[in-house]
Amino acid sequence: MTDPIKHFASRVSAHEMNRREFIGRSMAAGLTLAAATSLYGKSAMAQEPKRGGHLKLGLQGGSSTDVLDPAKSSSQFTFAMNRNWGDTLVESHPTSGLAVPALAESWEPNADASVWTFKIRKGVVFHDGADLTIDDVVKTLNRHTDEKSESGALGVLGSIKGIENNGGDLVLTLSEGNADLPLLLSDYHLVIQPGGGYDNPNAGIGTGPFKVDNFEAGVRATFVKNENDWRSDRGYVDSVEMIVMNDATARMAALSSGQVHFINRVDPKTVGLLKRAPNVDIQTTSGRGHYVFIMHCNTAPFDNNDLRLALKYAMDRETMVEKILGGYGKVGNDFPINETYALFPEGIEQRTYDADKAAFHFKKSGHDGSVLLRTSDVAFPGAVDAAVLYQESAKKAGINIEIKREPGDGYWSNVWNVQPFSTSYWGGRPTQDQMYSTAYLSTADWNDTRFLNTSFDKVLLEARAELDQNKRKEMYRDMALMVRDTGGLILPMFNDFVNATTNSVSGFVHDIGNDMSNGYVASRLWLNS
Amino acid sequence: MANPLAGVHAARHRLKESHPLTLLIVERLALSVLLLWAVSVLIFAGVEALPGDFAQTYLGQSATPQAIANIRADLGLDRPITTRYFEWLGGVVQGDFGNSWASGAPVSEQITKRLGNSLFLAFFAAAISVPLAVGLGMVAVHYRNRIPDRIINILSLAAISLPEFFIGYLLIVFFAVQLGVATFPSTVYDGMSWSERISAITLPTATLVLVVLAHMMRMTRAAIISVMSSAYMETAELKGLGAFKAIVKHAAPNAIAPIVNVVALNLAYLVVGVVVVEVVFVYPGMGQYMVDAVTVRDMPVVQACGLIFAAVYILLNMVADIVAIVANPRLRHPR
Repeated sequence: MTDPIKHFASRVSAHEMNRREFIGRSMAAGLTLAAATSLYGKSAMAQEPKRGGHLKLGLQGGSSTDVLDPAKSSSQFTFAMNRNWGDTLVESHPTSGLAVPALAESWEPNADASVWTFKIRKGVVFHDGADLTIDDVVKTLNRHTDEKSESGALGVLGSIKGIENNGGDLVLTLSEGNADLPLLLSDYHLVIQPGGGYDNPNAGIGTGPFKVDNFEAGVRATFVKNENDWRSDRGYVDSVEMIVMNDATARMAALSSGQVHFINRVDPKTVGLLKRAPNVDIQTTSGRGHYVFIMHCNTAPFDNNDLRLALKYAMDRETMVEKILGGYGKVGNDFPINETYALFPEGIEQRTYDADKAAFHFKKSGHDGSVLLRTSDVAFPGAVDAAVLYQESAKKAGINIEIKREPGDGYWSNVWNVQPFSTSYWGGRPTQDQMYSTAYLSTADWNDTRFLNTSFDKVLLEARAELDQNKRKEMYRDMALMVRDTGGLILPMFNDFVNATTNSVSGFVHDIGNDMSNGYVASRLWLNS
Repeated sequence: MANPLAGVHAARHRLKESHPLTLLIVERLALSVLLLWAVSVLIFAGVEALPGDFAQTYLGQSATPQAIANIRADLGLDRPITTRYFEWLGGVVQGDFGNSWASGAPVSEQITKRLGNSLFLAFFAAAISVPLAVGLGMVAVHYRNRIPDRIINILSLAAISLPEFFIGYLLIVFFAVQLGVATFPSTVYDGMSWSERISAITLPTATLVLVVLAHMMRMTRAAIISVMSSAYMETAELKGLGAFKAIVKHAAPNAIAPIVNVVALNLAYLVVGVVVVEVVFVYPGMGQYMVDAVTVRDMPVVQACGLIFAAVYILLNMVADIVAIVANPRLRHPR
């Protein structure tokens, strides 16, 4: 091992560097990708997890309207809380994003990926002592999809037409082929509950690493270790306490005074100050969420592709990441997918700020006068600042952007998806298919760029049922190029998830799935002493 | 025919002669009920006017048209606004505030806990700040325009000039982060011992005391000074009463009306207006509870919170008026 790589490896062991940083820097120092990946694994595993102790988390996003019912989970707090007591059939791999078995042991699609058979794990016991059965699984999925469902996962599961018990196996029949079905079942709403949760959806009885001890909505939740957990590689502490802390400064104070071991949603503006605290480690993870400027492709003047290209070239992405995200993010390339997605299309040239090209396309578009951009800080943190930065960089290309600041209350109903040019935010989706289906399919409710492209729609539906990964990857590359070069999306940046831990805990996994180690933070952390 | 109301008028007149205070309280209580009803109408209309209903805001970005329709049908949100209002009113008249739409649990059960927390914090803040403010006000009058008066004024004005969240942050930085002597966060929960609770609320109580102190202290000082310049205070001084004794015996009873009014306003603030302090210190009180409910348009909870807040204001103002009248007989017989 050469010296710099050794140094990087020791930083991984000390949790000062995440996988992406380590592999990137090691490759720069001359290591191959495969070697870097395996070396990262060894360094990260170098520490043996310690068991026992009381883990405290200070979390943003809780509210006194929260409930234990996973179908109604919509806040950051309930997302992480339900991960403690419940399990889904499938999980996503922390670094590759691929489907990995959980309560489903294995699965098999038919030839056109429209019928899927899942083998359910044996010997798993619920917190109340009952065995997990195929019946519980079928009823849970029924509760999330039946005609009375109030579940947040209803939209994800829309294509499921049949849920059956076939000799102890779960058989799902879809209205059309979907190669990504297992990943859809990793949705955090789909926690398997005894009897499907029909009797008491708020019981908090599941198969997870911790049992619910006490839950006071909007205040705190406490958990004790589930001694009968079916997995031994999680749930290291004896008890967990999650405290709702909606104030960013309160979270920082609680962490730096050692009152909690972990906080989420560190403000990029003050992360520099938090870093100075000697007992704190900042944990950043690349995410799929992105801050966007969206134009309606069917509304003048944005119905002209040259004007759209001009506005895309007028965006200074590097400055956005630096000023708006405090450096905690990655530049975007005007399609909503980044390398954290499986089958990420490689080799697409990065679009950069180019005043000459912007001026060229602007002139070619024949548009005269200024362009009106609507924004508000509820679109994403710093959206108004971002609009002003954009105005400056566009001005240098001779494009005059007029900014209209809209009221925050009602922004999502009156401006977003209504006005032709505005700022917005998208959280990621588990798969490329879902991201494109949600916002770029011609018929999608949330097609907020009015991207109406029949050949795109056709490739999207074909790719969904395509089981050959190479062909599928090629299709996703075509789709990315269509959105990038003809769509109404200006995507300057993907934001990182910024969390922080004290140095008295270890085991934080940089999971690309979602914030807070994909919600599994409490079951993955352990106390050092 | 005699006016049927004439009898009522006569009775009212007789009561006014014999028990003026009782009449006042009865009239005020009747008016309060009317006021509370008006408040409930305003809140109901206000929440209805906000963009988005419960089903939309509660499901957020994961909302699908079918899930929204299911929630609306479940809660009866598809019915006309007047029907829903009178149904709710019917329940309240019988003492049933209904169930929270979000959690499905009875509102009264949840509110009892939150209101208890709010009153707990407000009680300690008031128990410290009211005697302290009145005492400091008297001391300031005694040393009027001298060093102690100046120091009291400068410090209390400095405290009131800083926003409450900033005072909170300062206390957290010094006492929780740097010195590590105070408890933070101030979350209180079931199963906490009495001493743990007291220790948890130390910092928020200190913040609230600093925030409300100046207002009450300044009013005490101003009211007493205005009384001090009156003729009977000169008499007291001439008959040889000591200065402090003159303030306590003669000036304070006459100055009590304005002081009690300010105290009542500050007490009401301590119960219903401290949501910022609750958020900064992570304290589970009524303020945060109501804000959460408004965010998702959880009508039964918003209504119950609004009524309690209004009742606190009405009640404290009524008590202030009664105390003022009891202290000053002249107010009982307005000309």
